[in-house]
Parts: sequence; structure tokens; C-alpha cells
Amino acid sequence: MKFGIVVFPGSNCDHDAYYATSVNSRSDAKFLWHKDTEIPSDIDCIILPGGFSYGDYLRSGAIARFSPIMKEVINFANSGKIVIGICNGFQVLTEASLLPGTLMRNESLNFICKDVYLKTEDTNTKFTNDIPDGKILRIPIAHGEGNYFADADTIKSLNDNNQVLFRYCSPEGLVTTEANPNGSIENIAGIVNETGNVLGMMPHPERLSDNQLGGNDGLHIFKSLVNYFN
Amino acid sequence: MKYFAHIKIMLKRGILDVQGKTVENSLHSIEFQNLTNVRIGKNVELEVDAENYDQAMKLVDSACSKLIANPIIEDYHISITEQ
Repeated sequence: MKFGIVVFPGSNCDHDAYYATSVNSRSDAKFLWHKDTEIPSDIDCIILPGGFSYGDYLRSGAIARFSPIMKEVINFANSGKIVIGICNGFQVLTEASLLPGTLMRNESLNFICKDVYLKTEDTNTKFTNDIPDGKILRIPIAHGEGNYFADADTIKSLNDNNQVLFRYCSPEGLVTTEANPNGSIENIAGIVNETGNVLGMMPHPERLSDNQLGGNDGLHIFKSLVNYFN
Repeated sequence: MKYFAHIKIMLKRGILDVQGKTVENSLHSIEFQNLTNVRIGKNVELEVDAENYDQAMKLVDSACSKLIANPIIEDYHISITEQ
């Protein structure tokens, strides 16, 4: 399978995503420039990487959402193809209305960079089939605006449709207030859209996808997609 | 016609404004215990080329809902004056 990694001005996890997919997941990967107006036909999954696209001006992701390539990314997603937004990429996806809700300033107002633990709510998806049942993932976060917010109706429909894929939890897997790093409603760390082909998550799986860099729990997410396409 | 627009953006009521809360706590830690409900927003100013006031307002309102504000969490108020 082939990943397409979008590079916005200010993206800084694009090369990590490239390494995690092409080297560690043994698949193909290609960078896509934000000014591109076409997505190559051999791309199976688009990754909107982390970073500070357009300096996070106005709101995180608000300007990137109107980059020329985003029109094609929206068409790509609406045709049922797979899109992953990580951190700033998640913010871009909510700004583009490909995912519901929004990411607000962390409750503590601090930029938080540390490993967190994630409970996977459903291991029977394109993004999570490689995660052993019950395994708690250790993956880093690095954000100032990761406090997931949506109105009560939206949260209810996310829960009813099993769209919450990851929640912040303790190392033992307990979803508690103490384990919530940023104030996200119901410890939400990652969600999918209603049709299950668009994933947004604040933690950075690409940053922990190589044992030489301290762990590879993040690799499960990319390997799940490789499994899905094989 | 050239118009001048001033847009005030605030977090919706009911959404915790952590920045406002932190400033409020700091005010209380000095001599300003009588100041409460601090809320912090954004101001945007821009110029509009439009045929009349209504068209200017419509344009700015559309820009606010599409890009300048995030209607999920923010309210905005537009004031337009002729230049």
C-alpha cells in the first residue's frame, strides 16, 4: 500500500510519518505538497502530519484547511478513502468538517510534551486491527491545543456509533480524570468519522514506531492499515 | 464603497475560558478581588469593498463563519462603518 503525506508550511512531523510508514511499516510513502491540486491515483491513505501549519495563526489548522490540496483531500475522504490526521492534522480535519468537534486550548494552558497511555475502544477497525485486545498503548503527545470539545449531542452520537477510537487512560487502562492530560471531554484522544475512514488523533504514533527510539506502540496503527490493504 | 469592519470574537458562554480564568486568578492574587468573570477574546479589523452596508455585512459574516471564527466554540460580533 502507499501512504501520501501532506507537507504544509510549518509541518514538522512529516518526515517522522514518512519513516514510520516507509521504513518501519515496510510500505510505500510519498510526500504531497500543500499546493498540489491532484492526489496521485496510487495513494491509498493520506496522512496530515503534526506541526504548526501556517504558524497556527488564527486557530490551529484554520488556514491549512484552505490549502489547495485540501479540496482534493476532502474529495478523497468523501469517496471513502482513508485519511489520518495526527495532532495538527487532527485540527485540520475538524476545521475542514471532516471530523466533528474542535480542539481547544489545553485546560492547563501549558504546551504538553510527554508519553500518555491510550485505551483502544475498538480493535476491529482499519486503524486498530493490529492492536492486541486489551493492550494499552504508550504514545507521546506534544500539543498546546488538544482539548477535544463537542456539544453534548455530538458526543452522544460519537459514543452511540463507536466513533471514539482512543481514550487517555492510566498505564493500567483506567479512564480517569488524572489520566486526562489536556481536559478533553470523556478523555477523548482519537475519533473516526461516521463512515470509519477518517481518523483524527492528538497522540503521535509516528513518533514511537521504532524500538531504537524508545518503543514502537505507534506502529500498530500503520501496520493495521497495511493489514487492511493486504 | 470602502467599509471598515471590526470583528469581536469571544468563546461562547458556558465554555470554560481557561485563559480568562488564569488571568482572573492572577488578578485575585494581587489587589483586584472585585474583578470576576474574566473572559478573553480576539479582535479582527479589516477593510471591505462592497456596494452598500448590507453587502459588506453579508460578506464579513460569511468570512467569519467560514474562516475567521470557529462557530462550534466562538461567537462573533461585527461592526461596520463607512470609511
